[in-house]
Amino acid sequence: MEPFVTVGGSPVPLLVDNVDTDQIIPASFLKVVDREGLSGGLFHGWRFLEDGTPDPGFVLHQPKHRSSPILLTGENFGCGSSREHAPWALQAWGFRVILGLGFADIFRGNAHRNGLLTVTLDAETHRSLLASIQADGDAQVSVNLEMQEVTLPDGTASSFEIDAFAKHCMLQGIDPMGHLLEQLPAIEAFEAGHDGRGNGFSIQKDAGTS
Amino acid sequence: MSGRPRTLFEKVWDRHLVSGPVQDGMPSVLYIDLHLIHEVTSPQAFSELESRGLGVRRPDQTVATMDHSTPTEPGVSMRDLDILDPRGADQLDRLLSNCTRHGIELHPLGSRYNGIVHVMGPELGLTQPGMTVVCGDSHTSTHGAFGALAFGIGTTEVGHVLATQALLMHKPKTLEIKAEGMLPAGVTAKDLILGIIASVGIDGGTGHVIEYTGSAIRSLDMEERMTVCNMSIEAGSRAGMIAPDETTFSYLKNRPGTPSGPGWREAVAFWESLPSDPGASYDRSVVIDAAVLEPMVTYGTNPGMAIPVTGRIPDPNTLPPGQMKGLGKALSYMDLTPGSQVCGREVQAVFLGSCTNSRISDLRAAATILDGKKVAPGVRMLVVPGSEQVKRQAEAEGLSEVFLAAGAEWRNPGCSMCLAMNTDRLGPGEYVLSTSNRNFEGRQGPGGRTFLGSPLTAAATALSGRITDPREVM
Ligand code: SF4
Repeated sequence: MEPFVTVGGSPVPLLVDNVDTDQIIPASFLKVVDREGLSGGLFHGWRFLEDGTPDPGFVLHQPKHRSSPILLTGENFGCGSSREHAPWALQAWGFRVILGLGFADIFRGNAHRNGLLTVTLDAETHRSLLASIQADGDAQVSVNLEMQEVTLPDGTASSFEIDAFAKHCMLQGIDPMGHLLEQLPAIEAFEAGHDGRGNGFSIQKDAGTS
Repeated sequence: MSGRPRTLFEKVWDRHLVSGPVQDGMPSVLYIDLHLIHEVTSPQAFSELESRGLGVRRPDQTVATMDHSTPTEPGVSMRDLDILDPRGADQLDRLLSNCTRHGIELHPLGSRYNGIVHVMGPELGLTQPGMTVVCGDSHTSTHGAFGALAFGIGTTEVGHVLATQALLMHKPKTLEIKAEGMLPAGVTAKDLILGIIASVGIDGGTGHVIEYTGSAIRSLDMEERMTVCNMSIEAGSRAGMIAPDETTFSYLKNRPGTPSGPGWREAVAFWESLPSDPGASYDRSVVIDAAVLEPMVTYGTNPGMAIPVTGRIPDPNTLPPGQMKGLGKALSYMDLTPGSQVCGREVQAVFLGSCTNSRISDLRAAATILDGKKVAPGVRMLVVPGSEQVKRQAEAEGLSEVFLAAGAEWRNPGCSMCLAMNTDRLGPGEYVLSTSNRNFEGRQGPGGRTFLGSPLTAAATALSGRITDPREVM
């Protein structure tokens, strides 16, 4: 995973609340054993017309938005299925930051573990950012994780919260697996004293009778 | 035990805490007792392990099934899939080889205990009170019905658990949902949870673990409790829990995974210590009056957009601003008119299945309504049992005969039309009354439109071909 450096660009406004992960990447694109083909499935139900051709009116297809690394959305983005294919697909498309009014728990964790930053804006900042974008489709913002700050098109800075560990991992470009592996001695020690229930439930191996 | 009164969640959390946060903002290390895996969200995790040269640390605490992309047509085997669905076959092959290589118990397609992961775990007695259970699937919340702390994780975390049997986590808050009163006749656990979600909102539980309490919850059987906990994630909560009691213990007795003899008595004694202590406090509490609930159906494109089957669809223009966001978009996708009734709307399909409502009691409930009657002409009804065990039981009880005689399709177990990864899917514009858990746009097939409801509502709707209040045909 790449270390997160300051990201700048003109946010792509996808102003829908409660965007679920089935919209971000439909189940038919989950039939993979790797991460292939996910950007083609991104927002598939919304990006394509009934005849299968790309909808030129959909915001992601507008030329000025095609290469922006920042998505601006509404409340509760990423609700529903735990599929990590959702952040993978957003990243494969080129997004590095999602600005919104709130994120579902599983999605946010999945995104951060892959270096895709989610930023929860307060309602006022969200409104003023949206107004700037509507006035000037090319309005720029910049997102600085180190400082936990979004610089808005008018130059004002708005701070955001993020948990310290996710921030550390993203800035360093490390997957938390390393941290967890360092805990192995503690995990083993814990296991030795952990009640056996739940550790020995394995049922007979005759189960595979197909 | 002395000390501060603790909730069920806190007891289970504390008992699995390898280490707390070393400083503010740092996660805890939480030990995982049971890790369930399936073909769709595990392959990349195994690849990650391989690329790091890591093995599976506790294969004996890991159990796998094939469910999401499997076919449900009777007679289709894994070998046929190579031709019918090579990409699906690839996933199944990969799961098989990963499990074989790492010594993980797998219940493959067609085998005796195969089933939807959240049906299989509980019926094998793998899920037990006081455990931590995870799976790369958001409906892992189902297992909380037993008083386990059970939640869905992403694929990177699947890798973490495979490699270490632990997870890095921030401690969530707690939300008590207290449902009091008796559910009226014809109103099921599915209606209760749809009512709860409509009332707390689809992100009302974000950041929280729910504990369901109250007399309405206590009087539910285990399958009903699973239906409730299953949809906790649709209220934004990764986990929903119910305190274990006699109902829980009698369900678990003599399951393949539960102890017997002295081990059983020890287990029960431990399980009895789990319910929240008197005076334990929650970060938030909500009270629901179960006695006034009606059968619920959804009309929109998220599970919070639900109304009593006798009710009218809200009008985006008359709602206070900020309420029910996205309603206009949802109604246009559903092609429904604000202020109109859902009852009486035509459907082209009825789906009885999914980890929410595919257990034996769900099939029995639907069969009582369908018995001796016919599914309406032009309506396709799919009955998909949650597991091989449910399927066999239903066949032994003659339920499959009832479904077939009514003109429904009797399928093999799997997720099926719940997420439409196989060929069980709606056509564009078609409506379904579905007992599953998500009515998201396109969830059950591109362009398909979903009304969620209970097995009773599904059966009543199948008979008339229109959304029907089940109380009219009971
Ligand atoms: S039945 Fe549906 S919700 Fe349940 S595990 Fe399968 S796909 Fe997920």
